[in-house]
Amino acid sequence: MNTYALLAAEGEVAAATGITAYAWLLVLLPLLGAAILLLGGKATDAWGHLLATALSWGSFVLGFVIWIAMIGRGAEERPAHVGGWNWVPAGQFQLETGLLIDQLSVAFVLLITFVGSLIHVYSIGYMEHDVDRRKFFAYLNLFVASMLLLVLADSYLLLFVGWEGVGLASYLLIGFWNHNPAYATAANKAFFVNRVGDVGMSIAIMFMFFTFGSVDFATVHAAAPEAGSTAMTALGLLLLIGACAKSAQFPLQSWLGDAMAGPTPVSALIHAATMVTAGVYLIVRSHAIFNAAPNAQLAVAIVGAITLLYGAIVGCAKDDIKKALAASTMSQIGYMMLAAGLGPVGYAFAIFHLITHGFFKAGMFLGAGSVMHGMKDRVDMRGFGGLSKYMKITWITFGLGWLAILGVPPFSGYWSKDGIIESAFIGEGWRPWVFGGIAMLGAGITAFYMSRLFFMTFHGKERWVDEHEDAERGVHPHESPLTMTVPMIVLAVGSGLLGLVLSFGDTFTHWLEPLVGGHGDEHPVLAVPVIIGLTLLLVAGGAFYAWMLYVRDAVPVTAPRGSLVTQAARADLYQDAINEGLFMRPGIHLTRALVFTDGKGVDGVAGSIAASIGGLSSRLRRLQTGYARSYALTMLTGVVAVLGALWVMN
Amino acid sequence: MSGLPLLTLMLVVPLVGAAVVWLLPATSSRLAKPIALATSLLTLALALVAWARFDNGGDRYQLTETHSWIPQFGVSYALGVDGIALSLIVMATILTPICLLAAWNDLGEDADPQREKTYFALMLVLLTFMVGVFAARDVFLFYVFFEAMLIPVYFLIGLFGGPRRQYAAVKFILFSLVGGLIMLVAVIALYFYGPGGEQGFLYESLEGQVGGSTAAQRWMFLGFFIAFAIKAPMWPVHTWLPDAAAESRPATAVLLVGVLDKVGTFGMLRFCLGFFPEASKWATPVVITLAVISVIYGALLAIGSRDIMRLIAFTSISHFGFIVMGIFAMTSTAGAGSALYMVNHGFATAGLFLLAGFLIARHGSQRIADYGGWQRVTPVLAGSFLVAGLSSLALPGLSSYVSEFLVLAGTFQRYKWAAAIATVGIVLAALYILLTYQRVFTGPRPTFVEGSEPRDLGLREKLVIAPIIASFILLGFYPKPVLDLVNPAVEQTLQLVGATDPAPTHATGSAQ
Repeated sequence: MNTYALLAAEGEVAAATGITAYAWLLVLLPLLGAAILLLGGKATDAWGHLLATALSWGSFVLGFVIWIAMIGRGAEERPAHVGGWNWVPAGQFQLETGLLIDQLSVAFVLLITFVGSLIHVYSIGYMEHDVDRRKFFAYLNLFVASMLLLVLADSYLLLFVGWEGVGLASYLLIGFWNHNPAYATAANKAFFVNRVGDVGMSIAIMFMFFTFGSVDFATVHAAAPEAGSTAMTALGLLLLIGACAKSAQFPLQSWLGDAMAGPTPVSALIHAATMVTAGVYLIVRSHAIFNAAPNAQLAVAIVGAITLLYGAIVGCAKDDIKKALAASTMSQIGYMMLAAGLGPVGYAFAIFHLITHGFFKAGMFLGAGSVMHGMKDRVDMRGFGGLSKYMKITWITFGLGWLAILGVPPFSGYWSKDGIIESAFIGEGWRPWVFGGIAMLGAGITAFYMSRLFFMTFHGKERWVDEHEDAERGVHPHESPLTMTVPMIVLAVGSGLLGLVLSFGDTFTHWLEPLVGGHGDEHPVLAVPVIIGLTLLLVAGGAFYAWMLYVRDAVPVTAPRGSLVTQAARADLYQDAINEGLFMRPGIHLTRALVFTDGKGVDGVAGSIAASIGGLSSRLRRLQTGYARSYALTMLTGVVAVLGALWVMN
Repeated sequence: MSGLPLLTLMLVVPLVGAAVVWLLPATSSRLAKPIALATSLLTLALALVAWARFDNGGDRYQLTETHSWIPQFGVSYALGVDGIALSLIVMATILTPICLLAAWNDLGEDADPQREKTYFALMLVLLTFMVGVFAARDVFLFYVFFEAMLIPVYFLIGLFGGPRRQYAAVKFILFSLVGGLIMLVAVIALYFYGPGGEQGFLYESLEGQVGGSTAAQRWMFLGFFIAFAIKAPMWPVHTWLPDAAAESRPATAVLLVGVLDKVGTFGMLRFCLGFFPEASKWATPVVITLAVISVIYGALLAIGSRDIMRLIAFTSISHFGFIVMGIFAMTSTAGAGSALYMVNHGFATAGLFLLAGFLIARHGSQRIADYGGWQRVTPVLAGSFLVAGLSSLALPGLSSYVSEFLVLAGTFQRYKWAAAIATVGIVLAALYILLTYQRVFTGPRPTFVEGSEPRDLGLREKLVIAPIIASFILLGFYPKPVLDLVNPAVEQTLQLVGATDPAPTHATGSAQ
């Protein structure tokens, strides 16, 4: 049993003291911002975005101070608990709210508030001319508050409130421009797919109550190791369904590509850096359950492995810069899931990669937004090319993200992804070879599609027309304003250095180890230098192939038909078609049929029985003429009948 | 028992108000609406006083009043409430002024004054009966209120409803009548098999005291259950509700679906479980099955509805399925969940019906397909509708979620598959709410004839909707006041049934 669970079981997670006791403010500050902006209406138009940004930074500062305070305590005393109020006292079910401030939640708090606040700043520029800017910032604040609640909650039920809160914010922001019907549909799709995951989550929470009599982390995690692997496997699989939907993992991944309908800052924050990684958080947070359920763990690893390839393959075929990045996000979260499915050897690396990915992917999305900003909101990379000359800052910052995601040393992604690949090679039997092999292969494909994206956008021949030549179809690429470039620069610095800093002396993994366990003396089935060497070789190969196709050779402005594989990848490997054929069409037919039979069948039968009991059809007709008097009479008859009957009995 | 007979006062005040409103001379008929509103607010104040006087740890029935009425037949004029009844009374008295305010201009600016007076007087009469049916402590008195409630509703639909109001009103009456007559037989039998005497119809006399053979008890159970299943419409006797709701004025629909129908679930808890514990257990498998079917069926039909009022009615059938399931799961968690659900559903449904009403008032159509893009025209209305919808789909953080979760978690303790299948309802709920939102509010901004642009919510409408939305958030994060109120009543009911909560399979601390 791990330390936290032991501590929790003995009631030794200390009540928070000092600044940590104010942890609720982390959630409340941005929540207050959302409330003011939404209720204040137009009166807040002028300054609402500034307030929202300030409050988000406020949460970051508080989170930072709480983190410093935590460093000051010894590893065993770091977790702290902040009580809340008596939330649901209902018969046997009793639950109070509370926040759990430990190494894991603080890491998330810093990621969410830092990247989140940067994206607030970026949005000041990006959304400057939008009529609904105030709402946009309100939703962003709502998102930050919900996401913080998700990672700070001390029980599954409270976590679920944050879980749905981020889902709501995501829905609102994907559909932010829902005057475009396609975008409204995309928003709904995201919500519906997530609801499928919610079924898993809900049943999991019920199952916890049934099994442990409680749904708070301390109780559940303390009792999980003893509860038997069958029950814990069921529980783990249910949680995995929830995690798959939220983190866009196979087979519930179909919503993420469409979610790119939202404004680009949203894609960066919600659909790359934070919300979509919540599934990984859930698995790692529930490690006590998964450690007790090897089969559920295996399922997590398999889902991760499938998705990392799935996303990578789809990413190779997309011409829409945002959708290519979305596919990449899916794939990278696949890596994290795979790591989380490996158990204690992988948990810390899953979170490590989650953090570095949060920086480099958010940075690249902001870069994509900057490109769109300069290219009249176009997203088709076949119409880009050679932009490095016109957008120097965007090019360099994006380039750092590109190097990071490729896993080129010493950039961030190398440290975290390499850790996952090495961990995947640990184990016995077929597993290390399959998981390790897939993780390594994925790195090569990633190098190809990310390089393709980078080269198609910034290098090669210019495939657009200048505004001077064609006012209608032409563009005038230009660098974005400071509010946009500064956040990009900051994130690029993170993409460059964060991995190195956090893995220096294994700082980050050691930080999490007291909580989630870590490497023992297991060794990969291949020597570590061999793994690193082979991976880098594949990465170089992928990048070189992309260079041949997209820099050396000319890129056709209209996409060639492509092979069957390319066509399938373009269509997201036909996931939408499958969903539509399996669920949507039958569903539509079912509801139509039910509406028909409800009117004809059920109503007919029930109605005629009612009519025959309530009186003959002549009576029905008389009532239908509208004389309420006959009803009053009927009523009276009823009461008289009772009295009469009672009298007879007496 | 000190001071005022509060419950009787709450019956009398709206009735007097109704009489005043109705009899107002033509010269001062513009006072009708303010008087009606004031009356309902006074009743609300009385309800709050009752709540303040209620002791959560006290007797089963409180604020009791007992007077002999027809002692020969064991009938008393007896009032008294437990926590569940009180919570529903408070809900009804909060919703009534909201509905009156929402209905303020229902009949138009230049309505016939007498017609308008009748409309508002009827709603006050309905308030009396709503309070009465929950406050009764005598089965016969309950039956009288149960039947009497139909009259104002019949007129509210039949006189003030939509184009097919006659059909809907008659269908409503017929179904209710059938239920009422079946229940009547059971009421008579109850006196026969009960302890009898001058107070033979008193709840206390009957709880745990109903004799007779197993078969007799089961028949009586069925008599009550069928009546209540029609009232809180469960599949397959639900078909009156969509018609009634679609042809009602929104305010009437709120009181009908949000309050009146709760008499069904309230009755199941109090009469079926309280008087016929054995029969209730015998019937449980069938009832739970019907409840699960209602959950899924109501949701599917809501998805398929083209009329927004029908749609909301179908969502309620789904929600009533949850409530019934929680009642018959017979665990303290599910029971408290169902009791809380009754309150939350009242507000959630009120939000949807009234906002749909505001929408219809602007565009004159109940057909969903006649809308589109209204978020750009009426943003506050759109946002409010979305929040009410999210409450209806039980978004965590809003009130309905707490109750839905409790029902499901409590049911899961005994009937895993039923709870698991019902959970699928949450996907369907997202479909019926968000598809509706998409069809009505998203899309390109519609074009209107110059000068006929619909306006966003006005002050009166905001006043209507604000307390409802406040209830979603308040009861979502702090449902304790209501739970504290209903917990003891649920416990007592479960004691009558003899049901004990299943213990967790791996209780806390077993790890050490």
